[in-house]
Amino acid sequence: MEFVTESSTVNWLPMVFIALMGLSFLVYAILDGYDLGVGVLLPTDKAAANQAARDKMIYSIGPFWDANETWLVLAIGLMLIAFPKAHSIVLQALYLPTAFMLFGLILRGVSFDFRTKAPSKDKHKWDLAFKAGSLIATLCQGYMLGRYVTAFDTSTAATLFALLSAICVTAGYCYVGAAWLVMKTEGDLQKRSAKWAIWSNRFMALGIIAVCIANLSIDPVIADKWLGFPQVFILIPLVMLFGFMFVTVELYLRKVPMADDFGCWYPFVCAIIIFTLCFCGLAYSFYPYIVPNQLTIFEAASAPASLLVIFWGAVIVLPVIIGYTIFAYKVFWGKTSQLNY
Amino acid sequence: MLSRIQFAANISFHILFPTINIALCWILVFFKWRYNRTQDDAWLRVYRFWVRIFALTFAIGVVSGITMSFQFGTNWPGYMEKVGNIAGPLLGYEVMTAFFLEASFLSIMLFGMDRVSNRVHTIATVLVAVGTSLSAFWILVLNSWMQTPAGFEMIDGVAHVTSWYEVVFNPSMPYRLAHMLLASALTAAFLIAGISAYRLVKGDQKSSVKYALNFSVLLAAILMPLQAFVGDLHGLNTFEHQPGKVAAMEGVWQTERGAPLLLFAVPDETARTNHFEVAIPNLASLILTHEIDGEIRGLDEFKGEHPPVAPVFYSFRLMIGIGLLMLAIAWLASYQFVYKKRYPTWLLKTTVAMTFSGWLATLAGWYVTEIGRQPYLVSGVLTTKEAATGIAPENIALSLTLYLLVYGFLLIAYIKTLFVMADRAVKLEATNPKLADMQQADSTTESPSETLSEPISAQ
Repeated sequence: MEFVTESSTVNWLPMVFIALMGLSFLVYAILDGYDLGVGVLLPTDKAAANQAARDKMIYSIGPFWDANETWLVLAIGLMLIAFPKAHSIVLQALYLPTAFMLFGLILRGVSFDFRTKAPSKDKHKWDLAFKAGSLIATLCQGYMLGRYVTAFDTSTAATLFALLSAICVTAGYCYVGAAWLVMKTEGDLQKRSAKWAIWSNRFMALGIIAVCIANLSIDPVIADKWLGFPQVFILIPLVMLFGFMFVTVELYLRKVPMADDFGCWYPFVCAIIIFTLCFCGLAYSFYPYIVPNQLTIFEAASAPASLLVIFWGAVIVLPVIIGYTIFAYKVFWGKTSQLNY
Repeated sequence: MLSRIQFAANISFHILFPTINIALCWILVFFKWRYNRTQDDAWLRVYRFWVRIFALTFAIGVVSGITMSFQFGTNWPGYMEKVGNIAGPLLGYEVMTAFFLEASFLSIMLFGMDRVSNRVHTIATVLVAVGTSLSAFWILVLNSWMQTPAGFEMIDGVAHVTSWYEVVFNPSMPYRLAHMLLASALTAAFLIAGISAYRLVKGDQKSSVKYALNFSVLLAAILMPLQAFVGDLHGLNTFEHQPGKVAAMEGVWQTERGAPLLLFAVPDETARTNHFEVAIPNLASLILTHEIDGEIRGLDEFKGEHPPVAPVFYSFRLMIGIGLLMLAIAWLASYQFVYKKRYPTWLLKTTVAMTFSGWLATLAGWYVTEIGRQPYLVSGVLTTKEAATGIAPENIALSLTLYLLVYGFLLIAYIKTLFVMADRAVKLEATNPKLADMQQADSTTESPSETLSEPISAQ
């Protein structure tokens, strides 16, 4: 801690790194969110039409899921590097859900590749493994978020909250996944995706409301941050924006497909906005804590010298990463077609 | 203890896949370059067959790698607390410079052939190869630093960097990196040779199969002696910086001059001696000190601070033994190729049996180097015990069981799938070659590995 008070360069470093880490988690939730959601939504039975739908759905995420998942590695990596104490407290507290989430990620990651290479009779099994892996991963992530938000409280109420959070996060991922499919597919699959999107949108909305109420009633400090005066004026327009998006998305999805596929990107863009706002809300609630009520970002930060080394690296490398990520999305722009290689 | 088993299991499993891919990607670059130069479709078919195996290997490498990034915090909290200022930036640079590069351009490399120009596709392949190599570079820098730490000072029990140059170019880094890159090339070469030999044995006479076999056999024949040379240098470096490890590798209990090279022995940790020694007099001293009666410091000088002898001793012999076998096969096969222009069936079958020999040698080598560093996690700085987690053992037992089941299953599935893919490629050729084109057009069938028709090439 002596370091922190002596040097003048230090106070902005933890803030920069918490911002970078938060950004990585957010980008991860949106990007891997949609491919996890697509995995959860896969139809299960052996009918030929569903087999074709599965192929199409998996092709739509094929070129992207790998890079999407890397954002999780970056986020966890940044936490490990910049806030090692928080990394070990958080991950030790969430040891088992983490292990199960990793199991899910392993299962889906390898199923994706095995499904086209294994004997054809096994393909259906790998598809089921892909769906199961995606579902396990999303549920665990939601559960972990719930545990984190309640500061790893072990009471029954907190456990119920974590379970609720598991379902809500899964609904959110399903929504962004379905919205992705509405954007990337056509015809029958697009209509089915729109139905999925309608339902997951409703569940997600319920979930957000439940989490907000629970969150505000658990912690008076957080309640004051939102409901106190004049902060409450941030809340009102937010609620209105959420309501507006919820209604317009539902109305739009009922009309899919529109002529010329008008506005097929609209539900997906709304998903990005909703995820971003929820994330900012959480960040605003907990700042400056990185482990709720235990450890602030300033207490958890590594030595400034090491952070500076990565900071300059990140300044140079991150724009390059964003650049070629955009390039990769441009290459695979438009409606999904078959993947040949 | 469970933590250690879990991490060891995870690392052993993870290392298998990058080991193949670091070099396989450059070999793919070579295939692609040959195709660009010669416009010979056979090279493109070799590329297409192996790029799919690359993708599969990559996927398993990625998911097991993600697991490791979590386990640093869950299983080794003491590690980051004490040396995080050094390990953190190295890992951070790995993620930022290597992972994203690989993952982003992999999609273009795999699925982009019809969507981007041939030139951009080739560049994407090169960038993925650069990414995998960068990843190997950073992780080996960190590992070497843990073996031979340099460029830091301890302030209040926490390591602070004094010179990044010394951290990165620590004493064992160049040897370790070279040794690992060559190990990767040899592992990939034997994998390609094994699978190609399998296809030949099954009657797949396409020129693409022969190109792959010839290339991999020659590559192995050239690199094998080079590996022996680098391995020797690496050994000398270890002898200088980690004499306790060398003593365990050689089974030298008391410091002695003119130490014999033990071909076989059963080290006994309680009696602190070897049983059933089969030895060549003075050879160990000659190899390590380049003097017939050079001094080798024995395990007694490092009492309480040296690694468990038996695993290091046996692993080392296993690595050398497999290495010699690989050398013999590579040279024999190259001789057959260069002078006889054909491979006898028994040699092809032996090569098939040797498909995963690189894996065994690499794993054995890793055990030598990693167990050889015990009881330390970072030599002289942090013991493994200090770094271990306080998580309840039953939780670790549960996750360990889960991981072992998954890894065992994946390993079997991976190996089986490689041969299934080879079988499918053989079958495609046996039936009407036109079928290959039809299958590609059909979106619901799995994409065939060999999509272009090719007449059966005459000898």
